[in-house]
This record gives sequence, C-alpha cells and structure tokens, in this order.
Amino acid sequence: MVTSPTAVSRTALLLAALALASAPTFAAEAAEPMRFTSQQVELPTSDRFFPEGPGAEAANNNCLACHSAGMVLTQPKLSKAQWTETVNKMVHVYKAPIDEADVKAIVDYLAAMKPQP
Amino acid sequence: MSHPAIPRRALLAGLGLGSLAAAVPAWAAGSVKLPLPGGPDLRDLTTVFPGKGPMILQRTRPPLLETPFEVFDQGVFTPNDRFYVRWHWASIPTEVDANAYRLKVRGHVDRELALSLDELARLPRFEIAAVNQCSGNSRSLFEPRVPGAQWANGSMGNARWTGVRLKDVLDRAGVKAGAVQVRFSGLDEPVVDDAPDFKKSLDLDHARNGEVMLAYAMNGEQLPLLNGFPLRLVVPGWYSTYWVKMLSDIEVLDKPDDQYWMKTAYRIPDVPGATIKPGQTGYKTMPINRMVPRAFVTNLRDGAQAMAGSPVAVRGIAFGGDSGLKTVEISTDGGGTWSPAKLGADEGPYSFRRFEGDLPAFAAGTHAIKVRCTNTNGRAQPMDRVWNGAGFMQNGVETVSLHVA
Repeated sequence: MVTSPTAVSRTALLLAALALASAPTFAAEAAEPMRFTSQQVELPTSDRFFPEGPGAEAANNNCLACHSAGMVLTQPKLSKAQWTETVNKMVHVYKAPIDEADVKAIVDYLAAMKPQP
Repeated sequence: MSHPAIPRRALLAGLGLGSLAAAVPAWAAGSVKLPLPGGPDLRDLTTVFPGKGPMILQRTRPPLLETPFEVFDQGVFTPNDRFYVRWHWASIPTEVDANAYRLKVRGHVDRELALSLDELARLPRFEIAAVNQCSGNSRSLFEPRVPGAQWANGSMGNARWTGVRLKDVLDRAGVKAGAVQVRFSGLDEPVVDDAPDFKKSLDLDHARNGEVMLAYAMNGEQLPLLNGFPLRLVVPGWYSTYWVKMLSDIEVLDKPDDQYWMKTAYRIPDVPGATIKPGQTGYKTMPINRMVPRAFVTNLRDGAQAMAGSPVAVRGIAFGGDSGLKTVEISTDGGGTWSPAKLGADEGPYSFRRFEGDLPAFAAGTHAIKVRCTNTNGRAQPMDRVWNGAGFMQNGVETVSLHVA
C-alpha cells in the first residue's frame, strides 16, 4: 500500500487556508495603503494515470512530468493527425524530452483512446 | 521566493510513476456534467486548491479550474474563491514573500526600477471593474470540437480590481523615445529549461492608456495566489491571456515582440468575428485582442421545466467586451422578434451587468429562449456560433431550451 501524497497535502492545505483566513487584508475601503500578507500554499498533485493500453506506459512516463493527465483525458475524440500535431508541439515548441519511439507510441495511444466519461 | 522546479533527473525519469492509479481522486467533492456535445462531459468538483471553494477540475497540474456556472447567478462580481484559474506552466511559486517581492521595470527606459509592494501601494490608487475571460472560454461547446482545455462557459469572472495605473509606473521609469511595446512576465516558469517562458506584450499606447493597470487587490482583498498574488496585469476589455499573473517583470521594447506567445500562440483568424469554416485555409492571423459582447441566462439551465400558463422570469449577466452594454434582448421565437431586457446597476463599461426579463406565459411544448446583447460600439452578438481551430472568441447568441408542461 502506497500512501497517497494527496493525503499529506490536504492537511498542509487546510493549515495554509486557516493561516490565510486569519489575516485578511482589505484595499478598496481603506484610506491607508494596502498591506500585504506573504502567501505560502501547497498545490495538490494528481493521482490520475493514463488507462492501460498499448503505449500507456510511454504516455505515463513522458507526459506527466509537465502536466497531469486530466486535460488529455477530457479531450473530445481527435484524429491521429490532430494528436500528432499536439505531441509534436510538446516536443518541438515546449521542449519535452521525448524519444522518437515514444512519440510514436504516445500518438498511437492517444489516437486510439476512447474518450473517458 | 521559492521555485519548486522539478529536478531534471525526475523529469527524465518520468517521476517514477505507475503504481498509484485511482479512478477518482480521493479529494473529489462530487462531480458535474458539463453541457458539451459528444463528451467526455464528466468533471470532478474539487475543493483542495488553496484559496478556492468548489471548482470544476479541468486539470490538476498546472491548474485549470472552472467556475461552476451557478456562481454567475449570484451577483455580477465573482467571489475570489470561485474565480477561475488557468496556468500555462507547472513551475508556479508556492511561496511568495510580500517583503522580498520586487517588480522590475527595465528595457528601453531612462531608469530601471525594482519596486516593492509597499512602494507600489503608495502610488496613486486606481480601481476598475472588469471581466477577465479566457481566450478559450466555451471551447468545449465548439462544433466540430477542437483540441485544448475543454472549458464550458465558466472560464470567466468579474472583479473590482484595485492597484495602480501601468502608465504611472512607466512614467516613473521614463519611457525612451523609440519604444513601441511593453512586455510582461510573471514568476511562473516552464518545467523544461529551454521551453518558452510565458510573456505577453501590449503596444505602448495601449499600455499607457490610463486603464491598463497593475492590480494588487481583487474585490477588496489581496489576490489568491492562484489568481496571481501579489500582482497581476489588468487589461480591461481584452482577453485574459494578457493579464499576466504574479507579474514580476516589465520590459519596454524598441521592437515589436516576436517571441512565441505573441507570434505563434493565441492567434485568431484576421477576419470579422474571428470565425471561419472548418477546413478553411488561406486566411491571415493576428494576436487575439479585444473581447466581444456576450450574454448568458443564469437562472434557467438548458432543459429547464416551467408550468404552462405561468409567466417565466429570466435573469442573467451580460458584458459588452471592449465597451459598455447598450442593450440585452430576449427572443422566445427563435430570433424572429426580440424584446428588451431590463438592465441592472452599471458598474462600468468592462463589468458584467445584470439583466432581467419577464416572459409571458407559454403554451405546453419546448421553447427556445435566446438572449442577445449589443455593446455601445454597436457590435451585437452573432446569431451563429463562432468557429475557429483554436477554440477562441466564442460569442454566438446563447439558447436555453425550456420545457413547458
């Protein structure tokens, strides 16, 4: 059993939220200059993965370093040409360090993907 | 300020994931079905993001959080804890020290500046109500569908922004003759070193128009970190892509900005209404810019029920885009005839504005209620939906079907 990282985050988040709530600052009505309160937060991580299938491992290993899977899994059904364009943008414009073999596996995986509910 | 950049080693190792698969995140606070054509339409509602109440989870990292549409029925100002969130890069500082923070002003100026928040707060205060709307708001409702963040209508919000005019800050630095644009960048960074950092530019005249501002407060409180604490650019009437969050760097340019986020990304077809036919080619493109008018019914969902013989109250919000609202009209016959709605309090030309109308009793059956607004420049919403490959600038007339029995 692996401990979910989100359980830890959640406690920290609640603490951060309480800290923020106790020090509100108001600007609009105040006659004196705005006062600022430093912020420290914890951002949640995702425990969502690309569902099993040929190429899922390549997608999980390469894509999730920069972004979680949610937005990919909520895309409408897209053609192989559209997915090729998107994956190429990740590699050539956004500089994702993906091996050529993995690029092909990822495109095939995404093009075959049945949109999730 | 800490930048929790992912170590390159972890990046290359793909974070060593693979054993934690779970269908529904433990922290989901329910789910919501978005009214988009052809699915996937199910989204988690999440409450775990700092400074945020229940939000529609479009992506966890970097966060894409959509405002549930019922929030827009509650008032013309969107509460900070329900205001939508959109980040491009996952390397977002999770700690911002208000004392150590500095805003740099540099480039084609007489004096470089590094302004603290307290110094900014001592400059003349400026306040404006303005809608912040993602370029791709409503993208999931495009037909045919297009790739990108699958927002329904909730990647928009309206706030009262407080801060200082950009003009006043630029004047302190002294813009040199020959300057043409001003470029803005925030504290967020790409995860991969050589990827293009997010930067946006405005023409110098626009930057100095006395309305473009640096906001240190929204709705009377400092910004939530996820909406750009401690400072964000506010460009009234323009799409949110220009409203750079966690603004840390202002660079006055003596040449037009030709980096990726202006030259390649966020481009629209340079045709009226930014609308083309699917598959159409051979058009020029331009950077997305001014917003266009939109109106939404907020008290009736598509498919709402009503009783035959009873009048129906319709209520909603509208905004003129880059100017104030002139009229909001309602049609119950598919757009054949229109009657004016009553407009609520005017919070300024860039704000949401409430509208209300009382519709006469309907006969049993299904009726289409359409709302259309026109701004003070005379621009009306188009009857047909907008289409372009990037899913930008949707502002076609909205229709709500009402089942009367």
